[in-house]
Amino acid sequence: MDGMDTAIAILVGTIRAGTPLVFAALGELIAEKSGVLNLGVEGMMLVGAVAGFIATVLTGNPYFGILAAIAAGILLSLVFGTLTQVLLTNQVATGLALTIFGIGMSAFIGLDFVGTPIEGLKPIPIPFLADIPIVGPLLFNHDALIYFSIVMFALVSWFLFHSRGGLILRAVGESHHAAHAIGYSVVKIRFLAVMFGGAMAGLAGAYLSLVYTPQWAENMTAGRGWIALALVVFATWRPGRVLIGAYLFGGITILSLHVQAVGYDVSSHLVATLPYLATVIVLAMISRDATKIRLNAPASLGKPFHPGA
Amino acid sequence: MSTSQLELKGITKQYPGVLANDAIDLAILPGEVHALLGENGAGKSTLVKIIYGVVRADAGEILWNGAPVHIANPSQARALGIGMVFQHFNLFDTLTVAENISLGIDEAHDLKVLTSEIEEISERYGLPINPHQHVHALSVGERQRVEIIRCLVQDPKVLIMDEPTSVLTPQEVEKLFETLQRLSSEGCSILYISHKLEEIQVLCDSATVLRGGKVTAHCTPREETPKSLAEMMIGSELPVCKRDGRALEGETQLSLHGLAIPSPDPHGTDLNGIDLTVRKGEVLGIAGVAGNGQKELLAAINGELISPRSDMIRIDGEGVATVSPARRRARGLAFVPEERLGRGAVPEMSLANNALLTSYQHEMVSPQGFIDFGHMRDYATRIRKNFDVRSDGIDAEAKSLSGGNLQKFIIGREIMLEPKILVLGHPTWGVDVGAATIIHQAIIDLASRGASVLVVSEDLDELFEICDSIAVISEGRLSPVRPTSETNVEEIGRWMSGQFADATQEVHHAAPA
Repeated sequence: MDGMDTAIAILVGTIRAGTPLVFAALGELIAEKSGVLNLGVEGMMLVGAVAGFIATVLTGNPYFGILAAIAAGILLSLVFGTLTQVLLTNQVATGLALTIFGIGMSAFIGLDFVGTPIEGLKPIPIPFLADIPIVGPLLFNHDALIYFSIVMFALVSWFLFHSRGGLILRAVGESHHAAHAIGYSVVKIRFLAVMFGGAMAGLAGAYLSLVYTPQWAENMTAGRGWIALALVVFATWRPGRVLIGAYLFGGITILSLHVQAVGYDVSSHLVATLPYLATVIVLAMISRDATKIRLNAPASLGKPFHPGA
Repeated sequence: MSTSQLELKGITKQYPGVLANDAIDLAILPGEVHALLGENGAGKSTLVKIIYGVVRADAGEILWNGAPVHIANPSQARALGIGMVFQHFNLFDTLTVAENISLGIDEAHDLKVLTSEIEEISERYGLPINPHQHVHALSVGERQRVEIIRCLVQDPKVLIMDEPTSVLTPQEVEKLFETLQRLSSEGCSILYISHKLEEIQVLCDSATVLRGGKVTAHCTPREETPKSLAEMMIGSELPVCKRDGRALEGETQLSLHGLAIPSPDPHGTDLNGIDLTVRKGEVLGIAGVAGNGQKELLAAINGELISPRSDMIRIDGEGVATVSPARRRARGLAFVPEERLGRGAVPEMSLANNALLTSYQHEMVSPQGFIDFGHMRDYATRIRKNFDVRSDGIDAEAKSLSGGNLQKFIIGREIMLEPKILVLGHPTWGVDVGAATIIHQAIIDLASRGASVLVVSEDLDELFEICDSIAVISEGRLSPVRPTSETNVEEIGRWMSGQFADATQEVHHAAPA
């Protein structure tokens, strides 16, 4: 049964490693579907991670930490929203600035908390279901955030393709001029989408600092925000593919850890690049269909909207 | 006297530098088809945007059934019972017809119920449409139907139509008029915006004429002549361009041989075996409803789209279909694209720099690569003078010019190079009558100096005015080419809907004899 236990451990590890990407990428997907390209995901994740960690240390309750992380993510996204939607700054430049700001800011606030031990989120076994062999530990013995990430996946998928709100969101992302002429408030809708992206990026950060590690270290997201951004594009803006890509990344992260643990003589730096490399290659291969990209890509992505024009 | 359904009093709107609407009065009776007539830039669009709540007026009053109302946004306009079909459709390509229509409705509704409503309206008003189709797969005429149905599901009292016929075939125009007349007989008022005088005389009960932001006349179009209407609209007589009856016996300068290219755009049209010859001195027009391969054809000839075989496009008999646009230009091809801003000219650059963009091969750049600014500025100045381009000098940014003035500049820039072949996409689209006449005259004059001109346009009046021969492009195929004197609007219109298989056979049978 030892091999089986290892396999289960790898699969559970996969889900855990993929979850921050699920949050961050679903949030960015909504923002991009509204037509806003927010390159500040990495920064918002870091600020969420540090805010969640500090709140947990101060209150002793990781759930307060989660709320703090969401609030921090939203706060940063409001800065981005105000700059790009109201003051019409360039989205790419503003997003990059937001990430640089988030890296510095989180390192600064978190200085006194590096190495502080906390008790992270505990798994919540679902009664009876968690006792089923193999399936139980795999699917029904996780922490609250993992369950929540699946709920958010279902919600986002339903919202985008089966609700009126989602229809309006897609319309605004495709042609802001047409949406404006029909009478939708492009700026308001985009602002809300950006805020949702911020909240989800904050959650993603909290998952890293409260569950995955759980501790605070400077720049602990290690580029996951960028992977989340790439996931959205390679997944051709479809939530299902985002989920697959996120778990793929998680799986290879965990596998490469196991490869090192077994003791193969490969540079650990090289192994650490594998998940990034593999995710990009696989996603690039499944998203080669130009027609699908055109049909799913928000046509006004990244374009500024002047209501007066 | 009955109360007006909609009445405007003293509507004024000031934009930076332009008084778009100057104290405009207008009244529409219930069930009336009311024309709003004027040239581009006369203030028609601004006025209807004010009525529909997209733009706010600086001063003036709107009365609805005699009572003053305040329309702050389009959903308030719709709630009152005002529907609008925009000239540039406000549709979303990747959504279905039903979803597009649903987006224009403010009240809560069920998409399934709406779908059956769409089917019912589509049947009742003769506007066939499949609610489940994605908009990118629709023709322009079908898209317009979607816009109209989007208004009709809300049971409007006033329907605003902004230049609805500019994109339709003559047959589609007739169908549209039937629908509009039916609506008007049911008591719906229609505000019909156009600069096409014949249409207004056929369709409209009364008219308000705008010029330079002011009302110049209220009249009954059926009691006027096209000449008198034109005078109200442009303040002088409608200019006519002159052409001499030339025999076309010159040698072929541009020819296409079985040109077939798949479109790079998934929403585009593949070109399918196009044969065509343009002779010295000939103006050949290609009509067609937008989206039937015009974009691809122009790109293939210009060189933006590289053909699979070199001999598919020939200049003076030599294959050029696989060489770059610059090489084709060096052989005497000049090109005026459909989009003025972005492809015809760089919006943020001055006119002088824009002049350099296509004419740099003509002594404006030294062999060492240095720009001869004196020569360049002189060239831009001459274009501006010869083509009556109204701009703030040659250092004005391209985007600061009105559509007509920029188009005159771009066409002037190409024509003054004295090209052997000139290819134009929609040369007078969105250009006022005065500028269009200058452009048409310049095209005809160039041809009479021995150039071969290919004009792709959706405007049949334009093609019949300037072309020696006409063909139609439909779904990427080209109809037979007919001398303009041997065809008419009805035949070309029929071909535009793709029905030219018989004519093609006829020509093929005739060929061996």
